Amino acid sequence: MKLKSILLASGAVLGTSFAASAQDMADSMTVVSWGGAYQNSQVQAYIEPYKEMNPGLEVVTDESSGEAVTKLRAMSEAGNVTWDLVDVTAADGMRLCDEGLAMQIDHDEMLAAAPDGTPASEDFGGSIVSDCFIPQIVFSTTFGYRTDMVDQKPESVCAIFDTETYPGQRALEKRPIGNLEWALICDGVAIDDVYDTLETEEGVERAFAKLDTIKDDTVWWSAGAETPQLLADGEVVMGSTYNGRLFSAIAEQDQPIGMLWDWQMFDLDGWIIPADLPADRLARVKDFVKFATDTQRLADQAKYISYGPARASSAPLVGKHAELGIEMAPHMPTDPANAKNTFLFNYNWWASYRDDLDSQFQAWLLE
Amino acid sequence: MMADTHVDENGLVLAADGTPLKQSLARALRAQKIRALLLIAPLLLFVTISFVLPIGEMLMRSVQNTAGTEYVPDLLPNVVEEVQEWDPASGEMPPEPVYRALAQDLATAFENRNHTQLGRRFNYESAGMSSIFRKSGRRVSNWDIETDGPFREKFLDIDEDWGDIEYWATIKANSGYYTTSYFLAAFDAQRTSEGIAMKDPDQRIYSKLMIRTIWLSFLITFCTFALGYPVAWLLADLPTKSANLLLILVLLPFWTSLLVRTSAWKILLQQQGVINDFWIALGFTERMSLINNQLGVVIAMTHILLPFMILPLYSVMKTIPPSYLRAAKSLGATNTVAFIRVYFPQTTPGIGAGSLLVFILAVGYFITPELVGGADGTFISNRIYYQFSSSGNWGLAAALGTIMLVVVLLLYYIYDKLVGVDNVKLG
Amino acid sequence: MSRENSNDAFVEFEHVQKSYDGVQLVVKDLNLAMPRGEFLTMLGPSGSGKTTCLMMLAGFETATHGEIKLDGKPINNIPPHKRGIGMVFQNYALFPHMTIAENLAFPLEVRKLGKSEREEKVKRALDMVQMGDFGGRRPAQLSGGQQQRVALARALVFEPELVLMDEPLGALDKQLREHMQFEITNLAHQLGITTVYVTHDQTEALTMSDRVAVFDDGRIQQLAAPDTLYEAPENSFVAQFIGENNTFEGTVKEINNGLAVVELDDGEVIDCTPVNVSKPGERTLISIRPERVEIDKGRLKEGSHTLKAEVLEFIYMGDIFRTRLRVAGRDDFIIKTRNAPDQVRLKPGQQIEIGWLPEDCRALDA
Repeated sequence: MKLKSILLASGAVLGTSFAASAQDMADSMTVVSWGGAYQNSQVQAYIEPYKEMNPGLEVVTDESSGEAVTKLRAMSEAGNVTWDLVDVTAADGMRLCDEGLAMQIDHDEMLAAAPDGTPASEDFGGSIVSDCFIPQIVFSTTFGYRTDMVDQKPESVCAIFDTETYPGQRALEKRPIGNLEWALICDGVAIDDVYDTLETEEGVERAFAKLDTIKDDTVWWSAGAETPQLLADGEVVMGSTYNGRLFSAIAEQDQPIGMLWDWQMFDLDGWIIPADLPADRLARVKDFVKFATDTQRLADQAKYISYGPARASSAPLVGKHAELGIEMAPHMPTDPANAKNTFLFNYNWWASYRDDLDSQFQAWLLE
Repeated sequence: MMADTHVDENGLVLAADGTPLKQSLARALRAQKIRALLLIAPLLLFVTISFVLPIGEMLMRSVQNTAGTEYVPDLLPNVVEEVQEWDPASGEMPPEPVYRALAQDLATAFENRNHTQLGRRFNYESAGMSSIFRKSGRRVSNWDIETDGPFREKFLDIDEDWGDIEYWATIKANSGYYTTSYFLAAFDAQRTSEGIAMKDPDQRIYSKLMIRTIWLSFLITFCTFALGYPVAWLLADLPTKSANLLLILVLLPFWTSLLVRTSAWKILLQQQGVINDFWIALGFTERMSLINNQLGVVIAMTHILLPFMILPLYSVMKTIPPSYLRAAKSLGATNTVAFIRVYFPQTTPGIGAGSLLVFILAVGYFITPELVGGADGTFISNRIYYQFSSSGNWGLAAALGTIMLVVVLLLYYIYDKLVGVDNVKLG
Repeated sequence: MSRENSNDAFVEFEHVQKSYDGVQLVVKDLNLAMPRGEFLTMLGPSGSGKTTCLMMLAGFETATHGEIKLDGKPINNIPPHKRGIGMVFQNYALFPHMTIAENLAFPLEVRKLGKSEREEKVKRALDMVQMGDFGGRRPAQLSGGQQQRVALARALVFEPELVLMDEPLGALDKQLREHMQFEITNLAHQLGITTVYVTHDQTEALTMSDRVAVFDDGRIQQLAAPDTLYEAPENSFVAQFIGENNTFEGTVKEINNGLAVVELDDGEVIDCTPVNVSKPGERTLISIRPERVEIDKGRLKEGSHTLKAEVLEFIYMGDIFRTRLRVAGRDDFIIKTRNAPDQVRLKPGQQIEIGWLPEDCRALDA
């Protein structure tokens, strides 16, 4: 009965092989995420409905995703992994996978196909960046600006470097990722050449030279909540942050902030399952993941937060904000109108060059 | 008294029953000693586990050449052996046996999922090595060591960077169980073909941060002293009842969380903040940059650390009777002279304690510089934290922590030589 | 009250009042004149205002009302460091971070004296208190008595004309205290300095002073030489505060030729010298010193009134005998007799008769 309802609810094809029966599943599950509005959206869209279908199931939520890699390393060394499902960024997911801390999965076997029968691996497409990673959302780092502090609406990301037209301070993240790309793009480097350029000493110098032009006007942030606050206080005229944060400042808090969709940097967030879970816990978490990543569930999450569902088939199903009643689709980073110029956070490239460029970035900050 | 003790032929003093007096005394005191030891045992255990061991661990981490939990030479046993034959100065790629050894070791490492950690370890030394290890792991695991050779070409097929002499030099230089490379990095130095050399001045990070941290901590210590001394004096001079009330006000900041206080400073000091608004209202046109720079850090940390200066000063001043100042005045000293010659010298133990406390706290401060420091007000601790949490380069973080520990101990030693630690009074 | 003509008074208080809180007066209308060279002690229980007076004189407290004059000049508005008054504090207040010599040189340094002159004066002052060898030590390395000497030397080293001492011997043991009392008075007289000495120890006050001002309740109760104070207290407070004292309460029956007949509350009648009483019917407090009580009737005047007494306790104290009696309904009557070879040793239970010379029995305010 239970099994049947799950399958119906998830819209899965009944013929899908399904190994575990309800009796073999653990009756408690620890889900780790980022806390705040984002974790709340997951509770609303996945966990609550799933618990309704599985009375008696206990779901423990944890907000440690920021330290997921270090904590999982420690748990694995101690031989006592207490987490069942962990929400991580794609980069962390890859790292955990490489180190054998996350379980490798067969996406087509474990995840539900799209309603039209498209296999999961195709439906998720390029967002499956690692064998262990179960993509969930697409978010982007993009720019917001104070609508009442600019004379003309900025259309290009290069407004950041234009201190004449847009005087005042700007907020940028205190790390090289993103900033160096934008600096080169605005210095006339084609997007396809950006990383090749950054591999050369001259290219790095060029990027820093561009950043030099706004160094004195920049407030550096390290937590995503800072930019919306700086914008709300009128402390900066524009700044980068995650698009969901800007959406909530604009739509939920009614701040005079506008969104600049140009050369936003896409990033992915998704689940990983820790390696070597006991059979009953693994059965439970597989069951949950299949439910929580189906087409409808991913579209549901967008009711609560403006991050785009990672599977293509979910996009048309994105509806209205659960409380404000506004259409969410136009606020998604994946909306065609918003995604004219984009680039994906280049995990592989940064994995190699991050240590080095980070040192150079720090040295540049210290100059 | 002499009648009760006896001295044996060796000059040993004996107790009444003929046992040596010292032994007798030790026996009498043993129970007392055991009890004392038991009383401090929980604390001793706690301190050992939570303080001594982690510091020891940190000291070890800063020199251990590990990738993940394993030592590099344990992960690459064959490579380490073969690569010794090869000389980077020759300008030639390593010979085939080295690549064969790499294939062997990498296959094992991949099986145990250690290959990417090896890559990360070498990536700290040479950018780009992380990706070639990552890329190669799976491919190498499919090779047969006996039949699939020669391996050099196969590796170059995966990535031509496997032919990079620099990369191989890095592997060779970091093939021991222990490494100095973390300390070199922490001192902004690097290994070059001519030996160890400092990095270009514009590439230096940690030495600059270290100097900045110490300089700002000095400044903050001085500011807390300049602001705290008069307050402590006033407190010590007031009747106990009003002094206690004011003391509560001094301690009030302790009752709010550090984050709240720091955030409050943000609201006050930012360009659109209260102080700047007032400044503009006074008729000035230019808004001041009071935060996200060193000034902001000094202001906020002076406020936060002020009680640590006031309390020792207060407790020392409280013990100085007013009669000293009166005596000085009755002897003909003006208020100023009486203060400088008589009162102030007696408060130096309090100044010493307060300064030491504030300085040592300031040097290790993390949250406030992170939140209000901007680009030029961050401390070395912010970098240490970054290396621990974001970058995962624990070796470098440990080396920086070790250097910081040594610097603080050194400053403490200098302080002891100049002022004397006996001259420190906390109350 | 002042004995001297105020024109040649060196220290003078004129109608001085002091209040700390604006509600209560700690010092009420103080008038005092001291000639140059006098050793005057302010004696009184704590809270009587004596220390406040000293502090006003030193300049650490300001008078709420009235004038304080030094050598004829008002000093109310002169800060302490310009008054040139030497002071010895209760806890000595030797600067702990300076050596003894540095402590002594301090007042000379602030007076900008040359080095050689300073050294010479310091040496002389230390020699004066027999502390010549201790110049290089720190105060904490000295005993209480030694610190006391140094404090004295420091107060004198800049040759002030007036020295104030605030219970300077309070912290010393009895033997040392007695020795120092002697030394201080000697030194003061030798140097001819005027001294104001504050203490709550009456023995100290009596043995050291030229005159004693007994303080109570913010007023000087009596200002007189020690012998006058002891033998002729002007009121019951002074009588009870100074020395041991037997008292009775009673009513004056008649006053004739400087002799008052007083009827005690239990009906017995005695002869007294009237001090604060002037007419029959007044209530009075009778005061008799224990050593002036006679147990040998033969030594009394013919016709003197005597009282019956019962011996309750006999205490042997070495130089004297102390006997407690029950007299006129009171059982705390003390007599002191000298331990002379022919002296009677009374036994508890013994019935005796006691009496005294009328001049030794003073009828004071009730």
